[in-house]
Amino acid sequence: MEIGMLPISASKRGKLLAAGYTTLHSIATTSITHLATDIEVSESEALEILNFATRNSALERSSGSNTNVIQGGQTAWDMLNEERFSSSITTSCADLDNILGGGINCKEVTEIGGVPGIGKTQIGIQLAVNVQIPLDYGGLGGKAIYIDTEGSFMVERVLQIAEACIEDMSEYSHHFHKDNQAYGVKMHPNSILENIFYFRVCSYTEQIALVNYLDKFVTEHKDVKIIIIDSVTFHFRQDFEDMALRTRLLGEMSLKLMKLAKNFSLAVVMLNQVTTKHVEGSFQLTLALGDSWSHSCTNRIILYWNGDERHAYIDKSPSLKSASAPYSVTSRGIRNSTSSSKRIKMV
Amino acid sequence: MANKLINQLGLPKSIANIFAARNIITAKAALSLTEFELMELLDVGMTEVTFAMAHISEVVCPPCQTALLLMEQRVRNESLAGHLPTRLKGLDEALCGGIPFGVLTELVGPPGIGKTQFCLKLSLLASLPVNCGGLEGRVIYIDVESKFSSKRLIEIGTKSFPEIFHKKGMAQEMAGRIMILRPTSLSEFAESLHRIKVSLLQQQVKLLIIDSMAALVLGEHDSGASRQQALGWHVSFIKSLAEFSRIPIVLTNQVRSQIGDESLMYSFQARSHSTKEDTPVTFDSHLVAALGINWAHAVTIRLVLESKSGQRFIKLAKSPISPPLAFPFNITASGIVLLDDNGIEMKGPEINNIHCQGLSLRFLVIRSVECILSEHKNFFGKIKP
Repeated sequence: MEIGMLPISASKRGKLLAAGYTTLHSIATTSITHLATDIEVSESEALEILNFATRNSALERSSGSNTNVIQGGQTAWDMLNEERFSSSITTSCADLDNILGGGINCKEVTEIGGVPGIGKTQIGIQLAVNVQIPLDYGGLGGKAIYIDTEGSFMVERVLQIAEACIEDMSEYSHHFHKDNQAYGVKMHPNSILENIFYFRVCSYTEQIALVNYLDKFVTEHKDVKIIIIDSVTFHFRQDFEDMALRTRLLGEMSLKLMKLAKNFSLAVVMLNQVTTKHVEGSFQLTLALGDSWSHSCTNRIILYWNGDERHAYIDKSPSLKSASAPYSVTSRGIRNSTSSSKRIKMV
Repeated sequence: MANKLINQLGLPKSIANIFAARNIITAKAALSLTEFELMELLDVGMTEVTFAMAHISEVVCPPCQTALLLMEQRVRNESLAGHLPTRLKGLDEALCGGIPFGVLTELVGPPGIGKTQFCLKLSLLASLPVNCGGLEGRVIYIDVESKFSSKRLIEIGTKSFPEIFHKKGMAQEMAGRIMILRPTSLSEFAESLHRIKVSLLQQQVKLLIIDSMAALVLGEHDSGASRQQALGWHVSFIKSLAEFSRIPIVLTNQVRSQIGDESLMYSFQARSHSTKEDTPVTFDSHLVAALGINWAHAVTIRLVLESKSGQRFIKLAKSPISPPLAFPFNITASGIVLLDDNGIEMKGPEINNIHCQGLSLRFLVIRSVECILSEHKNFFGKIKP
């Protein structure tokens, strides 16, 4: 029933139905005073209901014509033009950037999962540093929000990675701007650390509250270009008796994050843990939080061991091909794998 | 934070009353429902719900810091920017100074390899005065299997720090700072954790050791969901304890044998694997850490102690701040001693495998019997290691 789509309280909906308003059209064509007397509400409340109803019925009216732009929608052509200029954040590993189409994309939610020790937190920290690479060096010059639910954010490691990043940038500017002295890198590792906003979350309620609050925070800090949640799983794995509730809360959280990514053109990276599931008579590894969660993100990358090498596999993506690339974790951060075997494996 | 009452959060009276009328008293209760459910329950429009939830979320949400602030705080307030040196040069270098504060460090290995020895040395190191490289604080040692030996502690102390221990009364003062608790069940352990939390700041406790975590959990529940849930709650609590008090917490874990020959794979790996030829089955029997994969995710640093071809190794199997190194070691009168400070870099997931080759059979039998007996200590009486 159309009335059910209006974001008003249940009792008001009930009154509308009881007064005979069964379609949005019927509400839209009536006047405020009539509506107010019919369902016995104040005129301001009636105006609010009228606004909701007309907004929805405008959508219906213009669905036929091509020239009217439906409110809130975008044509595919406009999106294509936008995507050409959309930015991505490098992972500092060329092979990984290649299969990702340049890096972790802004305006998208990417989930990265893997066994303990494979390098999830390492990638998270590398991205938090790389988002700050200045525009001159092909980066975004933005800031990062790091949401730590497990306490795995170690400042010593961030410093190591930040220092290595600055060294790499100096080397790059030496190569390409040998004659031009003005291209010396002026960044200091401390300024990189200062641009990482850190939140330590100790329960699932704090996690949900923080995701709600991020809208306001990012409005006040418009240069944030990446939000990393490490890990999204931890607090939802313990003491949740009602699994259906968990699914609903996780669903709402991921919708809010997608909205953030789209509205503010930033990247959202969620790190996930693994669990085992029983499939066709044997146990297999899979990412945690269940099957419904696996629909919640735009892209899904699984980190795994292939022999002695770390690999990343694109498990799910609307635009990227399923491929796997090797990477390594060094003292300087995430880098290309040093093995000389054939690089990218198309699956 | 999340237990704050809604009527104390500064919401406009009208909406706060509606929450109370529907029995949503705490912020946690409000955040445990989706906004749609709240709209239905409270009988208000979406805009009001969003406004109220934004307000509640802002209050409940944790404070914002920057990574720079964290680093400066630690450098300023904590010894060695938040590390407890183990006096094993190679290990300390790899760990950026020592066992880090505020996170869980796990020691896992077969019985008799040296986990308790390591714990004894750490308790001593934490109680030493600051000018000798210690934390000059109290230590809480949770000794589940009755393995703590004060005689051995004093022996390690006198051999490692002779100049301190030969001074009159120092041995008594050092040993007096180490408090040993012996919970006999998981619930007793949980109770002592609550009491520990209260006294942590008052009593200047600088180190918490739980030896062993596995014995506590595995003794109680049958395997499966109830054990995982109990473990999950305790892990969360211990982690929050570590963070809130900024102390190092060291836990020991047992081993179990690897189930099956193949390691677990993802579904996409299984697909490509089935088309390859069968790889020859290796007979390299090895062990893995007990307590499961959730636990493996929860600890921040995992030190694996193993014995390969008669030589003992301590390996940095999981550490966000260190390369994957393995150091050969021996146990002497002064505790654990590294034979090579450079360490061997290990590639791949091999570092997680735990070997138990070459420990003398007689030694293993004695230690295993001790472990079994300590589980039935009520029957056999107190066992001296």
